[in-house]
Amino acid sequence: MNRPNYAVIEERDPAQLNDLKKRANLLRWRIIETSHRANIPHLGSCLSCVDILTALYFSILKIDTENANWSERDRFILSKGHGAPALFQVLAMRGFYPESMLETYGEDGSIFAEHPPAPRELPGIEAATGSLGHGLPLGLGMALAGRIRNQDYRVYVLLGDGECNEGTIWEAAMLAAAQKVNKLCVIIDFNKWQGTDRSQEIMALDPLIDKWQAFGWNACEIDGHNLQEILTTLENLPANNKPTAIIAHTIKGSGISFMEDDNNWHYRIPSADDLSKAKAELKLEVGPL
Amino acid sequence: MRNAFANEVTELARQDQRVVLLSGDIGNKLFDDFKRVDPNRFYNCGIAEANMMGVAAGMALSGFRPVIYTITPFTTTRCFEQIRVDVCYHEAPVIIVGTGAGLSYAELGPTHHSLEDMAILRTLPGMCVMAPGDAVELRLALRAALKQDHPVYIRIGKKGEPNIHAQLPELEIGKVIRVQEGNDVVILSAGTVMPEVQKAAELLKVKGISVEVASAHTIKPLDETYLCSITQRFKLLVTVEEHGLIGGLSSAVAEWRARENSQIPHLSIGTPDEFMHEIGSQEYARKKFGLVGEAITERVLAFFN
Repeated sequence: MNRPNYAVIEERDPAQLNDLKKRANLLRWRIIETSHRANIPHLGSCLSCVDILTALYFSILKIDTENANWSERDRFILSKGHGAPALFQVLAMRGFYPESMLETYGEDGSIFAEHPPAPRELPGIEAATGSLGHGLPLGLGMALAGRIRNQDYRVYVLLGDGECNEGTIWEAAMLAAAQKVNKLCVIIDFNKWQGTDRSQEIMALDPLIDKWQAFGWNACEIDGHNLQEILTTLENLPANNKPTAIIAHTIKGSGISFMEDDNNWHYRIPSADDLSKAKAELKLEVGPL
Repeated sequence: MRNAFANEVTELARQDQRVVLLSGDIGNKLFDDFKRVDPNRFYNCGIAEANMMGVAAGMALSGFRPVIYTITPFTTTRCFEQIRVDVCYHEAPVIIVGTGAGLSYAELGPTHHSLEDMAILRTLPGMCVMAPGDAVELRLALRAALKQDHPVYIRIGKKGEPNIHAQLPELEIGKVIRVQEGNDVVILSAGTVMPEVQKAAELLKVKGISVEVASAHTIKPLDETYLCSITQRFKLLVTVEEHGLIGGLSSAVAEWRARENSQIPHLSIGTPDEFMHEIGSQEYARKKFGLVGEAITERVLAFFN
């Protein structure tokens, strides 16, 4: 694995890491419970990116939940829009809207469904995704807009590995490199699966890091479930004039033994029995975060 | 029309810091003046129109007013999903300009023809669809589009289109411009085919038929007020467009007629449901599809005989 070279790896406050781990754990539970209750698929895809989302929303992103449209905010786009069940939970936990709003999840007339709605419909959402390959061009446009105005914000775009099948990802990658958009950061949730098979079998994705480097980006590989590594990487993005791609090696269904690396959980809905087994594995701690 | 576009968008960029121009690797020299106004607001996005559309939407969501420019099929059919999702669903105020619309590039073959663009873009919620009749209407359309807070699509010709207005007209989105008044037949013309419509009006005058001509520079929203006002005054409503008969001005008017149960006879003149396989000039292509003054005249006369 081509891990990033950090000048200094700071010893992280164990309390911070512990807090993030607890949050990620609780998010996992809420995602699984909602999937069961509201019949929402893509559980495996949500669980593979939940640690990345936790690190971003509780440590990295410069955002203001009271002023969701603050012009200097960092932008985060969940380009793999089918991970929305995870995003909806993390936005609520972060305080963009009350967690009680999620009780309507999946009901007729609810805003919470399988993919993120348009930004005007829910605070904290930057782009309506779900059709794959759209988030990176949108994010590139946002990053260029920030550069024209001399603003300091960064744009983070989370892609799926299956999503890298889409040609627009590579169109955007080339333009971002040509334009030297160094405030743009892509994170690839590389769980090695897509809807129906191994991503490598379907579209010969490997060597993924070489592809991004060949397209003119900084690129590194990390363990996408190691919060310390995620944070350190995101806090130390290269200070050159290239955009950065972080290839986060993840496990589809991460955190629940019987879901891990089993692609049936791309669409399967957990039963009541699955739910209690998952709850036992997560060893949820009672009490405030 | 291309030059008028370049001049007008440059002027608008000078006046409005929000204007950004994105081009799909065409017309680079055309935009040298624009680049002199502000090089940071011109982007040659390469031959990657789907990405360009997404980038424009991202800029629009960040407060800019991007104008996208490339050859019509590539800025419409090529990236329809990006227009649908990134632009329209996000209500991103992007101005999409398709150059060489209709049969302007007849000699380049069907890959460069555009006889479906108005049809498909008209289906998208919130999208305004415009087909200015000449360079003057184009300049006014751009200014009007910039005042909208929703997406606008403008299809234009290439170069050398004659001016149709004796005086500077007023252009309001969704309101036709009456080019000449008449009593028997009204012809609505969309886009640069207007001179042929004017020629037909002259020929019909000789035959004793008085023709009103209006530039339907906006296909969506349709000027229903005008349409309602003409039903009692004319014996025949004609629509002319350098576009397929499925989905463009003709269809929009037919939909209006059905909604209103209007009894005015409607004659549709446009291109049939086929690709143009052979190569030829725009004039050749227009003749082939009956989009010239003489052919329009014959169709109208046939109605009266």
